Amino acid sequence: MPRLPDRHGHFGPYGGRYVSETLMPALLELERAYNRLHKEARFKRDLRELHERYTGRPTPLYFAERITRTLGGARIYLKREDLCHTGAHKINNTLGQILLAKRMGKTRIIAETGAGQHGVATATAAALFGFECEVYMGSEDVRRQALNVFRMKLLGATVHPVDSGSRTLKDALNEAMRDWITNVRDTFYIIGSVAGPHPYPMMVRDFQSVIGREARRQIRHVAGRLPDVLIACVGGGSNAIGLFHPFLGDRAVRMIGVEAAGHGVATGRHAASLTAGHVGVLHGNKTYLLQSETGQVQIAHSISAGLDYPAVGPEHSYLKDSGRVAYETVGDEDAVAALRMLAEQEGIIAALESSHAVAAAIRVAPTLPRRAIVLVNLSGRGDKDMETVAEYLGIRLRDSGEERA
Amino acid sequence: MSRIAETFARLQAEKRAGFIPFLMAGDPDLGVTRELLRAAFDAGADLVELGVPFSDPMADGPVLQRSAERALAAGTTLTGVLELVAEARRDSRVPIVLFGYANPFLRYGAERLARDAATSGVDGVLCVDIPPEEADDLEPALAAAGLDMIFLLAPTSDRSRVEAVRARARGFVYYVSITGTTGAAAPDSAAVAAMIDHVRARVRLPVGVGFGITEPAQAATLGRVADAVIVGSAVMRLVEEHPGAAFLPVARAFLRSLADAVHAARV
Repeated sequence: MPRLPDRHGHFGPYGGRYVSETLMPALLELERAYNRLHKEARFKRDLRELHERYTGRPTPLYFAERITRTLGGARIYLKREDLCHTGAHKINNTLGQILLAKRMGKTRIIAETGAGQHGVATATAAALFGFECEVYMGSEDVRRQALNVFRMKLLGATVHPVDSGSRTLKDALNEAMRDWITNVRDTFYIIGSVAGPHPYPMMVRDFQSVIGREARRQIRHVAGRLPDVLIACVGGGSNAIGLFHPFLGDRAVRMIGVEAAGHGVATGRHAASLTAGHVGVLHGNKTYLLQSETGQVQIAHSISAGLDYPAVGPEHSYLKDSGRVAYETVGDEDAVAALRMLAEQEGIIAALESSHAVAAAIRVAPTLPRRAIVLVNLSGRGDKDMETVAEYLGIRLRDSGEERA
Repeated sequence: MSRIAETFARLQAEKRAGFIPFLMAGDPDLGVTRELLRAAFDAGADLVELGVPFSDPMADGPVLQRSAERALAAGTTLTGVLELVAEARRDSRVPIVLFGYANPFLRYGAERLARDAATSGVDGVLCVDIPPEEADDLEPALAAAGLDMIFLLAPTSDRSRVEAVRARARGFVYYVSITGTTGAAAPDSAAVAAMIDHVRARVRLPVGVGFGITEPAQAATLGRVADAVIVGSAVMRLVEEHPGAAFLPVARAFLRSLADAVHAARV
């Protein structure tokens, strides 16, 4: 397996730096700073200590015994990223990037967010380090995720609703890029997924790889061997890359990335860019993309706001083509069913995003022998999704959420 | 000699700056763009940048974002833009540069775009999100078809960036006058002048200046230092301010006032 990306940020034909010239010097500066600092003993120690004392790492690797028994196949282990501070894996990356921002002498933090998890993780890191923080969020997502908007504000961040385009994550990313183009000299842009221009896909992958490194050590400790299958959901793909990357050299370990099929890939209302997209350029990199015949980006759909993105991190595009990772899809209905099954049988309410991975495990485990091991990345907890799930199930939690807002 | 090189050679001989309007193709529809293009030629535009609308224009301010949204809502495609150029080419030799984002160009196909653009009478392509490092996607195909690939430089560009652009740029260099998105703020003409001299000395190509130029006096000031002055957002803003039939007469007058200001700048 070659070391990727190459020095221009390419994963085979994917990735790169497709940005306006104004940002090129900043990306080159960021790449130099990252290459210099991330291997430095002090930087590594600072990040490790933060993760131990603040994030709550290492997160447990949990054997889901009841669900394993119900399914009657492979043993299912859950990597409990839902137990990270702020409730998802996103903080692994924001703490890494904010340490970098501090060392680079930047004074202002910006971020984009979809469901609000990355926004909350960024606002949290900014509060911890005393940075000014501004978060861009599509106005449609602001409406859907009022709770996370309030969390960000409590954490001292300013939330800018974005009214352009589809008013969701992709437009928030466009707007954050525009802010960065305008304020590039003093501003650090914390991108939340393995998307964006080089060095972001590499940098976010490296920061999230703590998931896979821990999981690899933990499964060897409890089972005495490596897992047979890894499963993670893929929107932009940061939790999946974080789990997969440290195992890429282990040829016997199969990997499954799970995209959101929304209402079904055949309906056109989905977020399965690797499964049904075409290669294109969006947000600074070349990757599989949901787009029209004429190259206009299409709107993604998933019940899970975190998977509701029309592109995917470029390294996933590379891993798809190379065949190293198999990408499958799970729709809204199966994700909600998986969320309920995990809640009822393990007492864990997973995020809708992570529930897509759980659903794939429910599908795969019964086809494997009992000695097989399936390791699922439970990337986040589901508290934020309760209104969405209730609505999906036709249950009304209070009089009118919209009037209240 | 390409039409772009010819144009800048003529401007240099006449010791004046060129005027380059940016027109978003398809806003509010391609029929109006056809009229607007004619108005630009009549006003004395020395080159025209024709915007190819994209759903996610990351480097554009609100005016051109909305302009692209209207153009896409009207069903504008790259194919339609190329047909419009072919039609305009029948009675004008003014160079036309397509100005857009990578995805619609690459989805159309680099070789196919180069061939069809050349056949239609396009002279160059500027792709906002393709810096020199990624230009292998488009530049070789354009060059083979005799088209110039235009690159940007910005206030943040240091010497190594100027060098990277020098190695690949053809036709002219587009100097982004402000650190920001299109139409965002007024440029500081002294700072722009210093940077233009620096860029021109190194890239050995004419330098056009754009982003943030909104009115004739400002265009004239920059016309004294740049080889060409580019105005975009201020033109397309008129679509919103003067909807319907009112738009074209206002746009015609505005284009003429800009062209006159730029052309008179050094006299």
